[in-house]
Amino acid sequence: MGEFKVHRVRFFDYMPAAIRAMAFNRRTERLALARADGALEIFNFADNYFQEKVIPGQDGRAVEALCWVGRRLFSAGLNGEITEYDLENLRPRYTVEAYGGPIWTISGNDQGTLLAVGCEDGTVKMFEVLEDRIQFQRNLDRQKGRIISLCWHPSASLIAIQLGPELLAQSSSEVVVWSIAFLSDHTIISGDSAGKVQIWDGLTGTLARTHLVTKWDVLALSVSQDESSLVAGTSEGTVVQFQFLSSTLDGQNKDWVRTRTFKNHSHDVRALVHTETAVVSGGMDTQLVVRPLLDKVEKNTQESAMRKMAFPHRSLVCCAKKAGLLLFQFPDHLELWRLGESDGHGDLPVKRKPEKLIQLKRKGEDHICCSALSPCGGWLAYSTVTSFRLYRLQNNTISITKVSKLPKDLRSAHQLCFSTDSSRLFASSINSSVVVVALNQPECKYLHTLKPKSGSREPVHLLFASEDGKWLATANTACEVQVYNLDKIKLHCTVPVYGSCPTAIAIHPTSSNLVVVHADQQIFEYSLVQKEYTEWSRRLQKQGLHSLWLERDTPITHVTFNPKHPAHIILHDMFMFCVIDQSLPLPEAKTRLFNQMILRSLPEPMRILHRHAFKMCKTFQNLMCVRLLEDHSLVVVERPLLDIMSQLPAPVRQKRFAT
Amino acid sequence: MVEHGDIRVVHRGGSKINSREPVVTNDSRFLLCASGERVKVFSTSTEECVHDLRGHTDLVTGVLLRPTNHLQVYSCSVDGTVRLWDFTDGILIKVQTCSWLMFDIVCMCVCAELFQLVAVHLPQSGDQLVEAQELSAVLSNVSSNPAATGFGRGVRAPPLRSPNAPPGAITYPKTDKDNKKGGKNTLMCIACHPKDDCIATGHEDGKIRLWRNFNHKKEYTYTTLHWHHNAVSSLRFTPEGTNLLSGGLESVLVQWRYNQESERDFLPRLGSAITHIAVSPDGTLFCTSHSDNKITIIQSCVKVSAVIQGLVNGESVRTDLMVDPRSKSLVLNGKPGHLQFYSLQRDKLLYNLDIVQQEYIHELGLQQFEVVKVAFDAPGNWMATVEERKPKAAEPEINLKLWAFDEQTQSFVLNTTVSAPHEAQITSMCFSQAADGQTSMLVSASEDGHFKAWQLPRSAYEGPSWSCDFVGDYRGLAPQCCCFSADGSLLAVSFQEVVTVWSPASWELLTTLSQPPKAIRDLCFGRLGCSKYLMGTTASNLLCCWNLLTCSLEWSTSMDVSLLLSDPLTENMAAFCCQAESTDLFVFKPSEPRPVASLKAVCSGKVTRAVFAPREEMLESCEESSQWLNRSQLYFLTQHMLLQSPAHVLPSTSVLCSMFVESLLVSVADGRSVVHEHLVHVFLNNSHSDHLCLTLNVSQQNTHRL
Repeated sequence: MGEFKVHRVRFFDYMPAAIRAMAFNRRTERLALARADGALEIFNFADNYFQEKVIPGQDGRAVEALCWVGRRLFSAGLNGEITEYDLENLRPRYTVEAYGGPIWTISGNDQGTLLAVGCEDGTVKMFEVLEDRIQFQRNLDRQKGRIISLCWHPSASLIAIQLGPELLAQSSSEVVVWSIAFLSDHTIISGDSAGKVQIWDGLTGTLARTHLVTKWDVLALSVSQDESSLVAGTSEGTVVQFQFLSSTLDGQNKDWVRTRTFKNHSHDVRALVHTETAVVSGGMDTQLVVRPLLDKVEKNTQESAMRKMAFPHRSLVCCAKKAGLLLFQFPDHLELWRLGESDGHGDLPVKRKPEKLIQLKRKGEDHICCSALSPCGGWLAYSTVTSFRLYRLQNNTISITKVSKLPKDLRSAHQLCFSTDSSRLFASSINSSVVVVALNQPECKYLHTLKPKSGSREPVHLLFASEDGKWLATANTACEVQVYNLDKIKLHCTVPVYGSCPTAIAIHPTSSNLVVVHADQQIFEYSLVQKEYTEWSRRLQKQGLHSLWLERDTPITHVTFNPKHPAHIILHDMFMFCVIDQSLPLPEAKTRLFNQMILRSLPEPMRILHRHAFKMCKTFQNLMCVRLLEDHSLVVVERPLLDIMSQLPAPVRQKRFAT
Repeated sequence: MVEHGDIRVVHRGGSKINSREPVVTNDSRFLLCASGERVKVFSTSTEECVHDLRGHTDLVTGVLLRPTNHLQVYSCSVDGTVRLWDFTDGILIKVQTCSWLMFDIVCMCVCAELFQLVAVHLPQSGDQLVEAQELSAVLSNVSSNPAATGFGRGVRAPPLRSPNAPPGAITYPKTDKDNKKGGKNTLMCIACHPKDDCIATGHEDGKIRLWRNFNHKKEYTYTTLHWHHNAVSSLRFTPEGTNLLSGGLESVLVQWRYNQESERDFLPRLGSAITHIAVSPDGTLFCTSHSDNKITIIQSCVKVSAVIQGLVNGESVRTDLMVDPRSKSLVLNGKPGHLQFYSLQRDKLLYNLDIVQQEYIHELGLQQFEVVKVAFDAPGNWMATVEERKPKAAEPEINLKLWAFDEQTQSFVLNTTVSAPHEAQITSMCFSQAADGQTSMLVSASEDGHFKAWQLPRSAYEGPSWSCDFVGDYRGLAPQCCCFSADGSLLAVSFQEVVTVWSPASWELLTTLSQPPKAIRDLCFGRLGCSKYLMGTTASNLLCCWNLLTCSLEWSTSMDVSLLLSDPLTENMAAFCCQAESTDLFVFKPSEPRPVASLKAVCSGKVTRAVFAPREEMLESCEESSQWLNRSQLYFLTQHMLLQSPAHVLPSTSVLCSMFVESLLVSVADGRSVVHEHLVHVFLNNSHSDHLCLTLNVSQQNTHRL
């Protein structure tokens, strides 16, 4: 595997925002997730829960509710606006003011023709969904108190609304119904701040059953599509499942029975989705949890494993290989750090401490969506959905100057990348195109725009410029990987489309082989010269990857190569980093994948016999970034989950036994 | 009156009534429970034992009301029979024998260490003894714990030889099907809802799961209820299925509302851990069996209406068995920190006396105060108790308490508490047997090398209390046993291999007796006509008899006496000898080393606790071998905590004697070593002189003499 000097970096104070709302599109199997800072994330559940798209947030945009209408995504928030998102350009498409004060809830009917929003002033406003916009249709009768929650009957002829705060006569304390569900048999289910899940008969308006679930609030409800199961999220961080079961095995007399309790969160469960096979929950503790229902999936498979998604599936760290600088991206600022230095061997004492050189606050309301640092450390660029900024850095004196004159075509970017010699900047733009900009001392100059032949409109989320400056590889969320020849300024080839989204791409510096890793953990190597998969890649596909490799639940977020050993590919995900030695045999299905410790204990001849191509290292956990510097030292940026947990507000008080 | 003059050990009671779940009859008037080899019928209102259904020859393992006749009850036993009783009259109606051992009334059988659930077809026949041959296995490899088998709604008698399980019969094999890694969710008990298809299971981690929808292969689902912090040991649905009852170590009966499980009722402070729960068929009475051999009858989960208490058998009996001279009841450890007074005649617990007087806290590994020694004075006016707590890596805490009998309340009242009476463990304690009844004296011996005499000052103005009168020691050795002579004029204290004899009047060391090489294990003065003799046993397996008039060894013999005790009403002494994992009993008079009676192999294992209890009325047996039982009965505790006492049976001693002589002759003729050496010595001694002192390795002489 080789030895590396490792910079173990733990000063990236990445702090994800709390999850506010979720909406699941059953047809496309996409989960939309809104965070407290207004950012939206789209997860593709069909593609190994990959975080496909991220729409950065905006100051003052508090998304309170999300709703899919067909493939269109709407959100509503306390700023009183309804927003539709442009999922191809990863930005809001338009906003419509509802004129009813803060909006607490939004819901579309099953037919996709109407949107209903519940407002602070007690009105329910109906909007007609048109081809390219929404149009106000009518107001329902105004109620006393704000509308917290509303739900359509599946036939779309009725709507259940919930007012809050509702006064309960017997306790004279305010009880807020946080969430309701309306079933096709006219049963209404409500979850309230008294910790109760109540089942009402919607036709007669009578209470059928009350389940006391928690001492605190029931915040979210979600019903499965076949209406046989219901989940309720509480302030205690538990998710309680109810099932519509008959009391006897052959009987018809069905009733809602409380069944399982899942405790996967430490804080409020604010958003909840009941998919066909799993309960998806998120809340204040910022983690997205997919808990498969074991009666719906095959046991002991990849599908039955619980997933906790705590980190984004893309890199927020940029590393200047030559200068030894790290750029950390936060929603509202950037931080530039110089790595520490040390001499000596073994457990290294730090000679020079790491140093925060620059903290750069963004301008405007929009949050930063991407950023990049040139390998030489001389250029810094970031982009929001509306603006793009480029800075010139002088490292010796630590000065930063904004490059004022920018080309017109460079208004915003989904992804940024510098060439190895820092003379070019690549920025992915609308319609999967890439803008190439030449960086010269005083100014920068627009060169040209690279466009794919497919005419795809999906955004490019990965960019990689080869070391020799000849190639540029791009990958978009439509799973297309394009390679451009920068010398000829034209598309060189399109890698055959694979069904899973690429999560990391890289071009080998000497052999010019493109390595693509996909969300389903498959690895492909594509020869740019021969325009076909390499022999190694074919062998790998033929033999198949080890089952343990395929069962990992976080995607590979970065691929790089070791210049000293051309056969080595270095990749990492959240929980390990791995060196693939292409010269060694691939692991058989029965061999141990994680065998580094065993190999170490074996004598030399046996070691040769047992080793295989995948060399995994799990020493470092919760990896945000692993990069190889010019001097062959490794930078490892860790963000321990405990550090994130310790920054969260205190959870609701719970009585624990024997305390 | 006088039976055939054989002596036999009979089981006298104190057996477990909590081993199996009790059964309440349809009219809620009677409670039936398996108790040892019998089935006992208790009245639920008066707590009295109404009938004792005897007939099984081994442990009864299950009781079940006959569904077709609610005045009849089935019982099954390890002896392989199922018996049908009329419990109102206490009559045995029918016996069905099975070739297999019945293990539970739900037809569980033992077959080559494998527990199977089998259905037994009970043939309809007029004969009293019927053999049931039609057995069909329902499930194999079930748990041996009957609480892990339950029957659900709609169980009918399955057709014989049917390979399928009857609908709703649910048992879990020992290996739990969803054993998560690290989780302590081993299944403890199971209950089926009487109307719905819902199974409740209790788990080791204190959780209860309600399983539903289990006819599908995968889509079963469960609800978890969690209140118990320790293993759930019993679960039961009420007959209508509206409530679920659960119990465990917490000694709290929890009542869960079915389908509204967040509402629950508690009945706390039931005294000790709940082992079984039973509900009367009309749902008005709940019965809980407890680990301290008690059945509590509860009216509608709010009020304890009756308590049926058997002999409490805690973890171990630390005190010797004692007989309270007033109530003639047996006194031994009961609940933690208590002494129980148990009537031997009525096989009933009279009361528990709180000695420690501290709140009992259940915690694993927590050291509790335990009563380790009890002594009564002859008229029963005073009782002395020693309690001890031994914290880890600390000095033991010892309290000596003296209790006076209060005529008004008819119970013992604490008079004096001496904290730290000795610096180390108290090894022995006895009252002076003084006949005058005026001066009482208590002597306690401890490992700290002292023995102390405690006395109640005669002229005390108010509330006389006990104080230390004398501290004695002997060459810095640790005293082991102490014993007063019958008239209270002599005190014998053993210091390792030396027996010192003191005069309590002047505290003068009168003489020392010694029989090296090993330490004295037990000391006992003779009674009545034999009061000049002092008996002792040593660790080197010697039984010695000293004549205190000559201060010399009268006789000694080699036998491994595990327990030596004297009958207070006669001259007889009893010695239990442990040999080859069974215990033999010898009864003799100190004046002559010839056994009055001997019983071979009275029980397996070592007997360490026994007591002579006086009979209420004297027997007049003329048989020589059983005369010793005329005035008192000998009770002893076996390892299985059953009280046993010898009664009449077995071949007479003469037969036994000749048998042994023969065996000796044979073995010596073979030239091999003698197997039963020291036993035979005792028997041989009686035909010869009184002074014969034989030791182990003289078998050659024996043959010459013979």
